[in-house]
Parts: sequence; structure tokens; C-alpha cells
Amino acid sequence: MKNITGLMKLAAMMLLTLSWSCGNQGDANKSKGVMNSSSAAEKVYVAPGEHDEFYAMISGGFSGQLSVYGLPSGRLLKVIPVFSQDAEKSYGYNEETKPMLNTSFGFVPWDDAHHPELSQTDGTPDGRWVFINGNNTPRVARIDLSTFETTEILEIPNSGGNHSSPFTTENTEYIVAGTRFSVPFPQEDVPIDSYKENFKGSLSYIKADVPGEMDIAFQILVPGYDYDLAHSGKGKSHGWTFFTTYNTEKSHTLKEVNASQNDKDFIAAVNWKKAEEYIAQGKFKEMPTRYVHNYYDESTHMATSTKKDKVKVLIPEECPGLIYYLPTPKSPHGVDVDPTGEYIVGNGKLSADLTVHSFDKMLKAIENKAFEGEVDGIPILKFEDVMVGTVSSGGLGPLHTEFDGKGNAYTTFFISSEVVKWKVGTWEVLDRAPCYYSVGHLMIPGGDSKNPWGKYLVAMNKITKDRYLPTGPEMNHSAQLYDISGDKMELILDFPTIGEPHYAQGIAADKVKPRSKKIYALEENNHPHVVKKEKDVKVIREGNVVRVYMTSIRSHFAPDNIEGIQVGDQVYFHLTNLEQDWDTPHGLSIMGAQNAELLVMPGQTETMLWEPKEPGVYPFYCTDFCSALHQEMQGYVRVSKKGSDVPLKWSIGE
Amino acid sequence: MENTQSILAAMALSFLLWSCGGTEESTEATTDTPAPKSMVAEVQDPMDNKGIGPVQSLELAAVDPTLADEGLHLFEEYCTACHKPDKKFIGPAPKGILDRRSPEWVMNMILNPEEMVQKDPIAKKLLVEANMAPMANQGLTEDQARKILEYFRTL
Repeated sequence: MKNITGLMKLAAMMLLTLSWSCGNQGDANKSKGVMNSSSAAEKVYVAPGEHDEFYAMISGGFSGQLSVYGLPSGRLLKVIPVFSQDAEKSYGYNEETKPMLNTSFGFVPWDDAHHPELSQTDGTPDGRWVFINGNNTPRVARIDLSTFETTEILEIPNSGGNHSSPFTTENTEYIVAGTRFSVPFPQEDVPIDSYKENFKGSLSYIKADVPGEMDIAFQILVPGYDYDLAHSGKGKSHGWTFFTTYNTEKSHTLKEVNASQNDKDFIAAVNWKKAEEYIAQGKFKEMPTRYVHNYYDESTHMATSTKKDKVKVLIPEECPGLIYYLPTPKSPHGVDVDPTGEYIVGNGKLSADLTVHSFDKMLKAIENKAFEGEVDGIPILKFEDVMVGTVSSGGLGPLHTEFDGKGNAYTTFFISSEVVKWKVGTWEVLDRAPCYYSVGHLMIPGGDSKNPWGKYLVAMNKITKDRYLPTGPEMNHSAQLYDISGDKMELILDFPTIGEPHYAQGIAADKVKPRSKKIYALEENNHPHVVKKEKDVKVIREGNVVRVYMTSIRSHFAPDNIEGIQVGDQVYFHLTNLEQDWDTPHGLSIMGAQNAELLVMPGQTETMLWEPKEPGVYPFYCTDFCSALHQEMQGYVRVSKKGSDVPLKWSIGE
Repeated sequence: MENTQSILAAMALSFLLWSCGGTEESTEATTDTPAPKSMVAEVQDPMDNKGIGPVQSLELAAVDPTLADEGLHLFEEYCTACHKPDKKFIGPAPKGILDRRSPEWVMNMILNPEEMVQKDPIAKKLLVEANMAPMANQGLTEDQARKILEYFRTL
């Protein structure tokens, strides 16, 4: 009976979606959503040469990257390669960054990037780093905001899909990783329909506060549900993390139907300070596994990969007080903690309502030990004991909530395609604004922290349709900017985003700008193949490996004539950019190279591997317009047949 | 010849305007039309020209060999990609430079090349002579520039 009702509800929701989405085709002007074009234009206008007020770090989704925008202008400032090779920047193509994409599966040059998360100090974004998770081959990455480069990637073992990640704790003690798809733990060859016996989930805590030392501190073995999203507590709830679950049915097929049977799933509340105690007491199992840690060292300008082979695992049955389940209706998606740390919002994606739990009530319920049941040693708290309020807005399909720091919350509703503003504490709906179309995540700068900058809201939409000039069947996703400084949300800008923007983070520009580097100091360059003076350039042969120690400065390479290379050689161009001025990169490309150009920042060294296939003379040139003589910045390599007696020589200006 | 020079100077100026459009100097530079004849330098004794930059006044004592030696190393690391000590390469040779330029001008050219090639009459002319190859700002400190100057005195 419950099932039938559930299905009927689902059908009703689908009908609503259909009627809503067809409505878009009607009067285009009415559905554009802007009330007052000229006042909106004024609000987003950042004069030429002026800077935006906020940085927005927007997930690149299935592009694998992270894009950086300015707000309120919507200017695209940079696309940072993270989990995917990027020919433009030579990321994952040059010898220095190839190791960044190593995993226990070998070189994996793509991933599905999801949730950016800024590092925090005292619960507030501090502008040091931004983390992002890769969902497909489970990974997390650190991007250093002094260089806006990916500097560290850690694979997550015992995980099938890293979705509920990276979500930091209040002082970036840890970032977390909950597995979206449960898998055999450890991996083994078992029948898929043995899911209920053999499949498990894991919740990982990753030590994140020291660059270069990111590692799995511990994992918690949990029932084989799908762990969807997370947020760590703040203020009074610092020391806890909340993870949503769905598929508590433990279905392994047709999850679309079978994972939506239970009226309630769970929010898992993890007491990670308790976990630290258990680790200190040695109450963990050390399990063999395989994962890889990659670190880009800014001093050597090179990444190295380290293989790891064991992990500490905590078993809830053996660790009382470590984890509790909070029943939460309808496959909750996002779980969001308000700035005070008291309210834990479960966005039940297959319902109309939001469920809000109270941290204080949760502690009391734990103290009273009035549990409704237990799964694998995890006590289930009673819904009535932890629930403090319901937001009934009339919207459908709530996904994510952020806060403005003024006592208001904003929730996206995917199915009814809108953002709803409501009052924290009274649960009263204050305003609603349509999104174009089908909003997923939303972001208010600092909106998941203790101190939001509650001025703008970005809605990241899944469907674009007619919002921009058409570009064939495939279009960029659409994001929308709302002014939320007044009582009513006001749509002020549309802008396209790269890949699929699963979440974003925003931060006041003045927290990041002063730390932004202009160059890499040449004197601090410890690359093993660096050349710091033009007179030291050289070409060295070791068997069929030839190393060209090359420099660039406006506007020549040294050397620019090279002879004595042979077919079958592996030629490594180690290019050091001698410039020490801001924004003076030099590129290097050579005919027939089967990777990508190099793009070398001032003071940096990068390496390109070139394997010439036929005798001849091949040009190389600078790809980044560097000066009035950029077109002259070129040279030649002479390639002779294998075994030729043409001597190895190099020169410039001779 | 004069015409060619002023066309070149105009080109140089417009290139500079273009390439430095984002800097704070741009407003000022747009109002700064190229001199019809770039002869300003010939009017002024080059030794009286101190250039534009942080170094206002400098008295030179006897050559300090330690300082000069440190200057040699800095010159090799940061400058030799474009300057050979005693022959023109991309840019001019520093040998004998203090017979042609004031010490302040030399240091300002090292420390503040962008503004120098935009505004200083000698630097503007040199940019044209160097075929528009710009003097790179290598981000040196005043102290480092002073050492390089000392090394130039030994050439």
C-alpha cells in the first residue's frame, strides 16, 4: 500500500514537471525572469579594469576541472585542470604533471569533478586552498589558491564512487569522503545479487591541514547504502559530520524504483572526535588495500606519486558512540548545517518538504539511549526525538540549502525549478524565485560556513534550453545570479558554466587576492633539470635519450638550433622560463609532438617528450604571444637517420 | 629618416599602450602623444638624465670588488639571456655604460623598465633600436641592481 501511494506521488510529480517544462515554450519574454533590466544591469556591472567583489569556484563536473568566476560580473577568470588532462596548460601531458593523474588503476586522465570546498579556519573560508572530489575513480584534490594550481590528489581506497566529499571540518582538520556506490569491502569477485551480504560503504576522514601530507586518517565501515552528501558540524556541532544516505533498501538493480521504497532513509551522524580517541587507543583494524597519493612540489616544479598499501578501519560495533543514524524522509540528497551549528537540514529529494533536525535534540536523544533499533552496531535514533521542524513550501524535489548569515536559508527545488527562501527556526517560507531551468546546487559565498557573505546567490541549473544563442544539441549549463540583499530575491544575471556545475564555493576577493603569486622565483627553482643561465644551456645524449636543457626569455629560445638528433630518440625538452615579471609565460610546441604544448610560467621548468619519426628539419616555436618579436621566437631541430654521424650540437646566434 | 624614426616611435608607443593597457599608467599614457621629433634626448645631456624610478641620486666611490663580484653573478643569472658584457646581443652591451649614462639611469632602467621605455626619451629610443625587444623586468631589488651596476664599472 505504501508503495502504491509512493508511486502515485511520483507520477503526480512527473506530471507537474512535464506541465512546468512545457510552459517554457510559451511567451519567452515573460519567462526570462528579470523584473527590472536596467537595475539588474547596474548591479552586475563591473567597469572595465575593475575587479569583482567575490571569487566563485565552480565545479566543472564531467569536464573534471574547476572553473573560477568573478561575481557579480560572471567573468570567467580561469579553468583549473584537476582530474582531466588539459592540453592548453599541458597538465597531465608534460612530464612534471603526469604523475598527478596516477591511481592504483594506473594513469586515469579523466574524472567527474563534483564539490568544491574551501579550506576553513574557525568555520570561515580562509582562502588558502580549495578541495574538490572526483566521483568516478574515487579521489580528492587540493588546489593551492596562491597559484590556482592543483598541488595534491589522493585516491580513496575501499570506495565505489566518491560523492559525499570533500566537505571540510571547521579548521580543515579533515575533509571527508563517503562512498556513493557500496562495493565489496575489500574488493572481491562475488555475485552482484549477493549485495546484501557482501557490499559495504565507507566513510573516510582525510587529514588535510598540511600540504603534501594528505592521507586517509581512518575509514569507518558502514552498511552498504549509498552515501550521498555531507557537511561537517560547526560551532556547537564541531566534531561531528553528517552524511545523507539513500538506498537503505540495499537494492542492486533498478534503483530508480527499488531504492525509493523506504519512507525514510538516514542521515549518519559521525562523532569524529570520538573516532580520534578510538584511533589513539588502537581500536582500529589495519586493512591491506591499494591507493595512490600524488603531490606537486612547487620547489622542484614536479609531481611524484606514492603508493600506499594499508588503511586504518573503525568498525561501529566495536566503537560505541562513534556513529548514529537519524531517520530522514525520502532519500535525502543534500545535508546542510546552519551557521550556528544547531540545525541539520535534510533535503528529501523525493518529497515536497525539508526535514530539519536539531543538534541539541540529537545529543539529548543519544544521552537517553532511546533508540528505535540498530543496524550493524549503529543505533537508530527516533525521528520525533531529533526532528525539530519541517519546511513545507509547496515546492517539489528539494536538493540543497545554503544560508545568508541573517537567519535565512535558501533551498533549491529541482522538480519545481525554483529557489525558496525560508526562515531558520520558524520554518516559514518568505520568498521564492524561479530558475531557468531545473536547478541543482546553489551557492552563497561562505553559505555553508559560520560566516556567510549573504549578498549573492548562484543557482546552478541542469537544463539550459533557450537561455542563450543555440549551439546545436550540446549546450553549456546555465547558472543564474540572484541579489539576495533585500527581502525579495532578484534575478540579475545568467552566465554559462563549464561541464556540469555540481556545487560551488564563493569567497570575498580580498581573502584571496593578496596571496596570489605573480611569478615563481627562479632562485627557488629546484627542478632537477633547471638551467638558470643562458650560458649553461646544453644538449646531452644518454643512449637514445636526449635531454635539451633550454631557456626562454622575450623573445628567443636558447638553444634555437639543434642538430644530431636521430630517429628513435626520446628527446626531452626541459624548458626553463627565465622571465621574472608578472604574466610573461612562454609556450613551446614542436611539429609532430604527440602530447601537447608546454606553457611555462615565469621562473618555472616544464618538460616535453618528443619522439621524432622521420629524418628532416622540424621547427619549434613559442605558442603564447609574448612580445612584438613573438613571431620570431622559433628554432629548428635537425633529425637524422638512426646511427647517423651528424654530431650533437646546439647554438644560438651563430 | 626622421619620419621613419617618428613612425617607429609612434608604433613603439602604440604597442606599449596596447601591451600595458591594464596598468595604472594607461590613463596618463593615452594623453601622452608621441613627440613629433624624438629629439628630446639630443637636447639634454644624457649624463644629466637620471631616468624614472626609485633611484634619485647616487654618489659612486671607488669600485668595491666584492660588490662587483656579486653583481657579476646576478648579471649572469638574470641578464645574460639578452645582454653580453661587451657586444650588442638582444640589448646593448653594458661595457662603458657609465660613460654614456648616469648611474641612476642604469639602475632605474633595471628596476623600472616598463615605465622607462614608455616615458624616458633615451629608453624610448633604445627600444626602437632594439627592434622593439622590450627590456624585461626581472624583479630585482634595489640592492641587487646596485651590485650589477658595480660590476658594470669593472668592464
